[in-house]
Amino acid sequence: MSFMDILALIIPAAIVSAAPLIFTALGGVFSERSGVVNIGLEGLMLFGAFTGAVTIYYGEQFGLDGAAPWVSFVVAMIVGALFASIHAVASISLKADQVVSGVAINFLAAGLAIFLTKKIFNAGQTPVISERISKSDIPFLSDIPIIGKLFFSNAYLTSYLAVFVALIVWYVLYKTPFGLRLRSVGEHPMAADTMGINVKKMRYVGVLLSGALAGLGGAVYVASISGNFTHSTITGQGFMALAAMIFGKWHPLGALGAALFFGLAQAISISGAQIPGLQDIPKVFLLIAPYVLTILALAGLVGRADAPKALGTPYEKGKR
Amino acid sequence: MQNNTKKIKFIVPLISVFLGLLIGGIIMLISGYKPIEAYVALFQGIFGGSYYIGETIRQMSPLILSGLAVAFAFRTGLFNIGVEGQLLVGWLAAVYVGIFVDAPAIIHIPLAVLAAGVAGALWGSVPGILKARFKVHEVITTIMMNYIALYSTNEIIRNFMLAPGERTENVKESASLASPFLQSITEYSTLHFGIIVAIVAAVIMWFLLWRTTLGYELRAVGFNQHASQYAGINVSKNIVLSMAISGAFAGIAGSMEGLGTYQYMTINAGFTGVGFDGIAVALLGANSAIGVILGAALFGGLKIGALNMQAIAGVPTELVGVVIALIIFFVACSYLVHWLMNRVNRGGKI
Repeated sequence: MSFMDILALIIPAAIVSAAPLIFTALGGVFSERSGVVNIGLEGLMLFGAFTGAVTIYYGEQFGLDGAAPWVSFVVAMIVGALFASIHAVASISLKADQVVSGVAINFLAAGLAIFLTKKIFNAGQTPVISERISKSDIPFLSDIPIIGKLFFSNAYLTSYLAVFVALIVWYVLYKTPFGLRLRSVGEHPMAADTMGINVKKMRYVGVLLSGALAGLGGAVYVASISGNFTHSTITGQGFMALAAMIFGKWHPLGALGAALFFGLAQAISISGAQIPGLQDIPKVFLLIAPYVLTILALAGLVGRADAPKALGTPYEKGKR
Repeated sequence: MQNNTKKIKFIVPLISVFLGLLIGGIIMLISGYKPIEAYVALFQGIFGGSYYIGETIRQMSPLILSGLAVAFAFRTGLFNIGVEGQLLVGWLAAVYVGIFVDAPAIIHIPLAVLAAGVAGALWGSVPGILKARFKVHEVITTIMMNYIALYSTNEIIRNFMLAPGERTENVKESASLASPFLQSITEYSTLHFGIIVAIVAAVIMWFLLWRTTLGYELRAVGFNQHASQYAGINVSKNIVLSMAISGAFAGIAGSMEGLGTYQYMTINAGFTGVGFDGIAVALLGANSAIGVILGAALFGGLKIGALNMQAIAGVPTELVGVVIALIIFFVACSYLVHWLMNRVNRGGKI
């Protein structure tokens, strides 16, 4: 097996498993940059996956065919934002502990999604969908020698969408007045308030966007990877996205890079057995690599990761 | 004022439980189930016979310990979401000692439980050290440590302790907490002696926090790190110690599963959920030893009763998960309750 074959095996797989992580991690960036911790990404992603699976299933019944997954993405984003609004109300308006509220979101999403699945389908899982996002080559780009084969052929459109969305998020956060405001309420809400920025409103926007993107991440996971929703569809991908966001230092492009890297680790752990030199490495090291690296990054051993300054503290007007 | 805060301490959990069950009922109503019938079935599934009571008590033991773990860390101002991972590590350690050590029961059982505690403590102290030394937030590191624990314990079982059926061998009889006597008085439920371990642990937590210098220092750090530092308390040491003790409780919770309920450890596809439930238990119990026992009784009961609810009223057991999530929400949003009560006390003026 040549080196190129190995790359051709791993890189497309890495990009595929990274896409849901990228969306969800970008959601985390919005929420945490506005100063609200979002441990609930896991739950939001899970509920997005449930919504996606149900919407695609019924979309197929109504004859949406190939459009069903794309409709499901929109629905999952709306439902994700609605679900995140619970976290927003609790942690912004009612000044609840943001971590506790996030934990509750995870519980609620897991319980409600399986409860509804059992109610609607009378079974522990949703039916397997037939309209998945299909693999395709990107015209022209896939003809580029070497790079084209690795990055632009035989991959899901959603993966490129994820990269594109990361660029948009970067532009919004760093090149627009809205982004500056969102970041400012996460760093120093009182200063932002003094400048006439509505702190609570900005934080609501941040949390709702995180819900929408995490929901999208979950739906993309169903449409491209799992094909249906069960209790074990989303087990830790949301937390891995959280890790990617932190490893990427709360920066959209950093999160993108980290998610791709974690996707690579997953891809190697799945197809590593076929690769000479890698089959001797126990799979467990590849499985735990994302988490170990995140801890090392936080400890300052792999570049310092600093959280937004006001992260986790509710804003109270006039409090010193 | 003192009286008022005490009153709120009791009222917030009660109102939260009530609201949680109420909204759970509304969800059932909307989805076409009969809430009253379901709750009656749930209640019977907890108290309707010695078998159910035995099962509830068995479910309580790991919940009490994981609740104590979360509560203990909370007292020092730390949020230990890593109970899940510490529990798995403890479970593995207990089962390892249970299988590979030969000793009379009087030594073997304490040794296995101790091994679980030590393993959990070591696992828990890692985030503690990272927090004390590098100022890394423990919430993130404990979550990451959970996954590291999950994959590592699975790998160890797969490579060194595998028995047919994706699990380890059973622990030796001398390490088992199972009790034919307790089983026979509860119509052959899976009740075991673990509940005694759990209650002893609750007493230890209370004593440690409220009757020792160490406990005083730990609580002081929880109230105000800077003031504690100024008063000459070694904050870093206390953070590591708090996480280690918290981890020890979590590890022992794992031994409840390993030596009591299952007698072996499986290769886990995902987390047990006991660690996350511990967060709910600790929150509802206001981080006190007695509160944790009561919280564990409630959630343990709900989980066992859910089985009967599904069997009789046809409501999926997951509804109980929803109710528990709602209860956590309302406890977390106690600001709302405080605000309402203040308003009432001021005669509804502001």
